[in-house]
Amino acid sequence: MDFFLQLVVSGLVVGSVYALVALGFVLIYKSSDVINFAQGEFLLVGAYVSLALVAGYKVPFLPAVLLTLLGCVLLGVVVERLVLRPFIGEPVISMIMATIGLSSLMRGVIQVIWGTDTRTFPPIFPVEPVHLGGVVVSQVYLWSLGLALGLLALFTLFFKYSSTGIVMRAAADDQTAALSMGISVKRVFAITWAIAAVVAAIGGILLGNINGVNPTLASIGLKVLPVAILGGLDSVSGAIVGGFAIGLIESLAGGYLDPIVGGGVKDVTPFVVLVIVLMLRPYGLFGKEIIERV
Amino acid sequence: MQVRNPLVMDCGIFTASYEDDMAILFHPAARLKVLFILIVLAAFPLVANPYYVGLANLVGIAVIGALGLNILTGFTGQISIGQGAFMAVGAYTTGILMAKLGLSFWLALPAAGIVAAMVGAVFGIPSLRLKGLYLAIATLAAQVIIEFIIIHWVGLTNGPAGIVLPAPVLFGYSLESDTAFYYLILALCLAAVVFALNLFRTRPGRALMAVRDRDLAAAVAGINLFRYKLTAFALASFYAGISGALWGAYMRVISPEHFTIAVSILYLAMIIIGGLGSVMGSIYGACFMTLLPIILREAADGISPFFPQIGNTILALQEAVFGLIIIIFLIFEPEGLAKLWKNVKDYFKLWPFSY
Repeated sequence: MDFFLQLVVSGLVVGSVYALVALGFVLIYKSSDVINFAQGEFLLVGAYVSLALVAGYKVPFLPAVLLTLLGCVLLGVVVERLVLRPFIGEPVISMIMATIGLSSLMRGVIQVIWGTDTRTFPPIFPVEPVHLGGVVVSQVYLWSLGLALGLLALFTLFFKYSSTGIVMRAAADDQTAALSMGISVKRVFAITWAIAAVVAAIGGILLGNINGVNPTLASIGLKVLPVAILGGLDSVSGAIVGGFAIGLIESLAGGYLDPIVGGGVKDVTPFVVLVIVLMLRPYGLFGKEIIERV
Repeated sequence: MQVRNPLVMDCGIFTASYEDDMAILFHPAARLKVLFILIVLAAFPLVANPYYVGLANLVGIAVIGALGLNILTGFTGQISIGQGAFMAVGAYTTGILMAKLGLSFWLALPAAGIVAAMVGAVFGIPSLRLKGLYLAIATLAAQVIIEFIIIHWVGLTNGPAGIVLPAPVLFGYSLESDTAFYYLILALCLAAVVFALNLFRTRPGRALMAVRDRDLAAAVAGINLFRYKLTAFALASFYAGISGALWGAYMRVISPEHFTIAVSILYLAMIIIGGLGSVMGSIYGACFMTLLPIILREAADGISPFFPQIGNTILALQEAVFGLIIIIFLIFEPEGLAKLWKNVKDYFKLWPFSY
């Protein structure tokens, strides 16, 4: 029972980070119909920059995080302007390949700057674990869970009530109509990419605190794709539900199946779920179904 | 007919029969050119350094894989991020048949193509309901799942340790040398190119292109979408299987790390840089992307006396340049090297009257 609870807790924690990263996918897909295959690299940038600030320049943690997020806003805007804008109205494959190219470019640059060794954050969260009715949870997990939940709530409110959020939803719904109402779709795109970069960076900082930072952290970008698909590529709440669901399934499958097949189940379960979802409900749990008629 | 001026290509050509009209090598000069290229290709290993023959072998294997992916993605419009996994299926089929069952390479090679085609068709099934992004992600799942199976089905694939293959034998003569293998690859490459060139002049080939251009319209015109999409997946995977089998037999050792998602992305990059929906483009792209890392490494060796640190970062730099090239091609020449080359030819064809 304790083993099960332990798996559930760690599943939920990882799931909350997945939800955050998936939110980045959903934001970009909603506003521009692109899947950002470089999402994992955005995460890496956030983790490395904050790490460099904290460990290298001895900046206190909170200012370091704020500086990192500011940098990510800039990065998101620059990437949108230089790489993505030329592809407005181009075929899907160009967009996919452009973000794949972007991911390769970013990974290369990151490795040139920071190398491939695993670096660890100086302990920011208290190290002694918390006992929750028999389940041992390290504090960094609790912090990341709380932060992730808080941010998800914040974004939900942002989309619902702030004028920027409403403009973004309008642009996502129908770009032409939004343009005719005087909304600058280009500005919305820039904001979207900035937010997506920020969200990914927060995920990166959290994950970096849990596992240390090295370039393989970027593979989470691909792993979160199933999350976004399960929830529905254009649904914010879907990203959240999908994140927790995939985190749980992955953790349980890993815990119980790993001893049988010899490890690695965690990495493949999300994709098995993905194939099943695509076969049964291609538009996910909460996604908008696009109907084509002849 | 004689070509009087090599820069003025298409003047004074007339045809008297439908067959002449439809010929791929329409122009006598084109026939001469192809003959010349064939002679150069055949003579290449006799004059070149064995290192370059080895490189040519790698390029040839990549050409077959890239052609397959181009049939699927460039001509049929079904994006696939799983070509590396289908190559793995081919390579492992060959490995298992040759190393574990002791079959001859000449049986294992077609078997590799057929098994890969079947696996590809299975993963192509979602293509009926999915398109664009969703399909790309479904093929990505195929890549991850196939990789997982290869790593974890240790009894069949030896897991991460990989399989060591014997060299193929032809009439009691072992194809161990680079040169011998070169001719095998050359022959298969030529067959693959000729088949692809002709495919898109036939009814099924035209149907595939119709599916790409507008699948609903194609369905209205009576094309069975499901059948043709699956055919495209099977065909692309068949090419991938052959390419993977050749790779395994040439390298003589296969392991899961040779067929990662990076390989799938590399092949996508090949057809994008070469030219989507262009047979020649697949060849240019395969050459370019196979030789690029080697050229970069040589360049790094060249400047390393001045920048002693560069050795450590060369892999990362390669990755960055790889990404940059993809983006630059997509923005400035989406039709790839094939279009660039055509532009060059057109310039000389019209010169000096370029308007």
